[in-house]
Amino acid sequence: MQVTEYKPLIVAFCCNWCSYAGADLAGNNRLAYPADVKIIRVPCSCRVNPTFILRAFQRGADGVIICGCHPGDCHYTSGNYYTRRRMATLFSMLDFLGIERERTRVEWVSAAEGAKFAATMNEFAQKVAALGENKRLEDLRCKK
Amino acid sequence: MQKITREQLIDQASELLANGTVSTVLGWGAGEFGYDVTPTLFKTAEEMQNGFVFNDFCGANFSKYLVSKTKTLEGKLLVFLKPCDTYSFNQLLTEHRFDREKVYVVGIPCEGMADIAKVKEISGEGISSIASDGDRIVVTTLYADAPVKIDARNVLAERCIHCKSKKHVAYDTLLGEEGDVVASARFDEVTRLESMTPDERFAFWQNELSKCIRCNACRDACPACTCETCVFDNPKSGVENKSPSNSFEEQMFHIIRAFHVAGRCTDCGECARVCPQNIPLHLLNRKFIKDINTFYGEYQAGAEVGSRSPLTDYTTEDLEPSEIFVGRNEHA
Amino acid sequence: MQRVGVFVCWCGSNIAGTVDVQAVSEALKNEPGVVFSANYQYMCSQAGQEMIKTAVKEHHLTGIVVCSCSPRMHEATFRKTAVAAGLNPYMVEIANIREQCSWVHKDVTAGTEKAIILGKAAIAKVNLNTPLTPGESPVTKRALVIGGGIAGIQTALDIADAGFPVDVVEKQPTIGGKMAQLDKTFPTLDCAACILTPKMVDVAQNDKIRIFSYSEVTDVRGFVGNFDVTIKKKARFVKEDVCTGCGACVEKCPMKKIPNEFNLGMDNRHAIYIPFAQAVPKVATIDPDACNMLKNGKCGICSKVCAAGAIDYKQKDEIIEETYGAIVVATGFNPISMEKFDEYAYSQSKDVITSLEFERLTNAAGPTAGMLVRPSDGKHPHTLVFVQCVGSRCESCAEKGKEYCSKICCMYTAKHAMLTRDKYPDTEVYVFYVDVRTPGKNFDEFYRRAVEEYGVKYVKGMVGKIVPEGDKLKVQASDLIANKQLHLDADLVVLAAAIEPDHSARPLATMLTASMDTNDFFTEAHPKLRPVESPTAGVFLSGTCQGPKDIPETVSQAGAAASKVIGLLVKDKLTGNPCVAIANELTCNGCSSCERVCPYGAISYLDKEFRMPDRTTKIRRVASVNPAVCQGCGACTVACPSGAMDLNGFMNNQIMAEVDAICK
Repeated sequence: MQVTEYKPLIVAFCCNWCSYAGADLAGNNRLAYPADVKIIRVPCSCRVNPTFILRAFQRGADGVIICGCHPGDCHYTSGNYYTRRRMATLFSMLDFLGIERERTRVEWVSAAEGAKFAATMNEFAQKVAALGENKRLEDLRCKK
Repeated sequence: MQKITREQLIDQASELLANGTVSTVLGWGAGEFGYDVTPTLFKTAEEMQNGFVFNDFCGANFSKYLVSKTKTLEGKLLVFLKPCDTYSFNQLLTEHRFDREKVYVVGIPCEGMADIAKVKEISGEGISSIASDGDRIVVTTLYADAPVKIDARNVLAERCIHCKSKKHVAYDTLLGEEGDVVASARFDEVTRLESMTPDERFAFWQNELSKCIRCNACRDACPACTCETCVFDNPKSGVENKSPSNSFEEQMFHIIRAFHVAGRCTDCGECARVCPQNIPLHLLNRKFIKDINTFYGEYQAGAEVGSRSPLTDYTTEDLEPSEIFVGRNEHA
Repeated sequence: MQRVGVFVCWCGSNIAGTVDVQAVSEALKNEPGVVFSANYQYMCSQAGQEMIKTAVKEHHLTGIVVCSCSPRMHEATFRKTAVAAGLNPYMVEIANIREQCSWVHKDVTAGTEKAIILGKAAIAKVNLNTPLTPGESPVTKRALVIGGGIAGIQTALDIADAGFPVDVVEKQPTIGGKMAQLDKTFPTLDCAACILTPKMVDVAQNDKIRIFSYSEVTDVRGFVGNFDVTIKKKARFVKEDVCTGCGACVEKCPMKKIPNEFNLGMDNRHAIYIPFAQAVPKVATIDPDACNMLKNGKCGICSKVCAAGAIDYKQKDEIIEETYGAIVVATGFNPISMEKFDEYAYSQSKDVITSLEFERLTNAAGPTAGMLVRPSDGKHPHTLVFVQCVGSRCESCAEKGKEYCSKICCMYTAKHAMLTRDKYPDTEVYVFYVDVRTPGKNFDEFYRRAVEEYGVKYVKGMVGKIVPEGDKLKVQASDLIANKQLHLDADLVVLAAAIEPDHSARPLATMLTASMDTNDFFTEAHPKLRPVESPTAGVFLSGTCQGPKDIPETVSQAGAAASKVIGLLVKDKLTGNPCVAIANELTCNGCSSCERVCPYGAISYLDKEFRMPDRTTKIRRVASVNPAVCQGCGACTVACPSGAMDLNGFMNNQIMAEVDAICK
């Protein structure tokens, strides 16, 4: 009998200029991370609306990570600073509602940090896997 | 219990109507029950004599009405604002939601408004009449032989127990004396929830939010929710939903609503006041306010016209999202 | 409904090695909207692109999904292919199944599964794509330079050299700025006036350049390519085109006790004055606060002595309105006020001066004709103490000084010390420093010469206190290397005051919607890659308005800013990026949340009339995005509570469709 290991589904929003390029660099250097991580390209981390995050959880994501340029390096000067405030307050609110705080994360990954991207994804996937399936923000109708 | 009387308000309004300063008065009118006052427009002093009400149940924050009422009215609109209402008033001005020139604000002092649910707990259901008598509220019910006299201080609305300010931050004429911003324990309940375990918090909110019937009263009464079309009503927004058909949608609506007003919410407490299910919705807003104060420095929305909400601002030294839980007191 | 074609690339074995490309193209065939799906060895090759073009034609495709390498690699290639096939270039979406799939996952099953999901997400997105066309706007071929110091002068000359008209606005009666006040310049010690004044003359004589001196920018509207600027030319009560600059009026003016700003108040000027001999324009200006004629109508001598008849007491401020394609900010700096630095006795003793005052004191055209004397008694000083970092690198004293390094002080202090020792070998010169910073060509050599050849005594340590006592200044300081306290009797103390942006910069930044840092320096569009551009399109930065700089750096930045301006002005039309924010007027509240987060000032508001269903009309304030200015970050889309703000190319529903496809 085949035992299927639980695989978490992770949505990663990556800004086009730094983190998406960082993910590309991880690819160029063949730095492995779990295939459960699926990347969505956005122009800037500040494009990520809290509704996207909730939507991902609704549809069955187990973890959501937002990656952007390091503070001070934003292609649009200030986008990631807004991201930082928005996500800090949103994550704090999700925690307030009892949602596991390990399911959400913001990480700054530059275009030169392929290794950091891979390491971050490995670590995040591991943490989310340890939590198990997302039960607190799920929509049963969206389950298979 | 209010220090200011109905007659004083009528006198003030009548004078302004008579000298042509204002054309209309937005005030409280009698509803179906004594405690059930409703926002009403008055055109003349006579109309006010007949229909104007001022008592311990005049909690409604009128600032939001200005958005729609000033658009169609000829002349200036007089509005009575309690201290907490003036913050919403300023916030709406900050957001250019109405023309300041079309409004005449009469600031009125407030001793705290009563919560009818708390009154009913004491008096029982079937209220046939309700009146103020000094510091007491006199309630006559269908079932009791004698009227019940209740100390108004014992039935204060939650938001009035934790009143944050007796100061009017906007007015044209002020009745009574200028008050001050007061110290309040309004974040205590948030702190209590924060100190619970995540499981306990989840259970608490699941219990509370599952009561939601999506009547949208919280949204409709909220002075920060003045969108032309709410995202939840807009099929094109992608998040449209009209009923809390499962726990996710209950959470979704209240998280997004709180997020949309975060940094703009003045903590007026209308959302919790109007909730027919008595969900403590103000706690979600207060959580955002408390976090914003802790993370980015004290900020009171509406304290000044034109101030920049912390969520549309930043400093290069802001806290990282990964740092927000560091050192937080919590049961493991 | 879109007709989507899916093209899965093998990238040789780069993708096909870990991803079953056949399975991917098969699986994606049944996705909604897909009418064609194929795979090929190299999609980016000529043959691969031909395959796409043929498929577009044969299957009447309206959208293309390429499952291949990163869009950062070949998105532009496939967009061109789409255009060649007759499609809008923005109808292409790329699923990155190489860098973010085959290269990072080793397992074929997992890799293939993920590639299919990424393909589905791209299809879900392309189904919602709409053709996008970049906007075009014309360019007014004229530049405005705000500030007429060396930065503004160099920028104006370089732009004019390329053949474009330039206007220079300077708030002082003459151009020249701070450099005109300097004596010698480091590290070559050539005289500032000798290298600056020819440039000032060049500006005056260049027929492409107009100088608006004694003028200020009061309003800026519009955007890159078309800024509508209002300039207020203050009344100087002298007809600029008539005045010959002979100076007869100045000589005869009876009001002669006005502190001379050009010499930092160390001597006096008249109520009618020409700031200095080489001023450009060389015309007199009447100080309305000092002139008796203007104040109470009594005097009129200057008018009588003026042979040219240039005096005009009735002159009014003149308002000039002009359109510019580009604006260069060159507002420069000032030394900070020393008033709060009481420990150095600046306000108590005339013999404690700032470095800029020292420049005037040693300048041949200065108040002492270049003789270094004590301002208090005119005596020759024997012991001089230079104090470095006064108000610079001042982390603990933010209310007094600045946190940053003012950058130029180390070098000019070395210059002052060296020149003093050179001219007056009988002097003893001490320099108290925190660090000596000399990064620059020939800078360290210069500093070492001061120490080694000229015997300037450099002491590492700060001066704690200066107390005037008799005709001496008692200097208490610490020598950190010898670890002892020093007590010196100085004759003259020179404070290397920190520099700060000119106070006119902040209101100007507001007018330009250009961003500033907390120190009021203008911020660059990118600190490394776009250092002379402001984040606001069409606004460029020259000189110290962007940060502390010395002259060589200022001049090179001025030239760089000019070349960016020229690059903009040579264009007849500006083509924008079509992936810009768009506001839905029907749902917009006009709340201004979006405007506050826009780093480019691309959002404005207009009162628009709407026809309501009941046939009445309603005027509402709604946001409007200027596509020529918007860069498409999307910050506004999240700030907008009503969801009225969206971003072309990354629409809310597109991103949500991707989320759905991935999470399904």
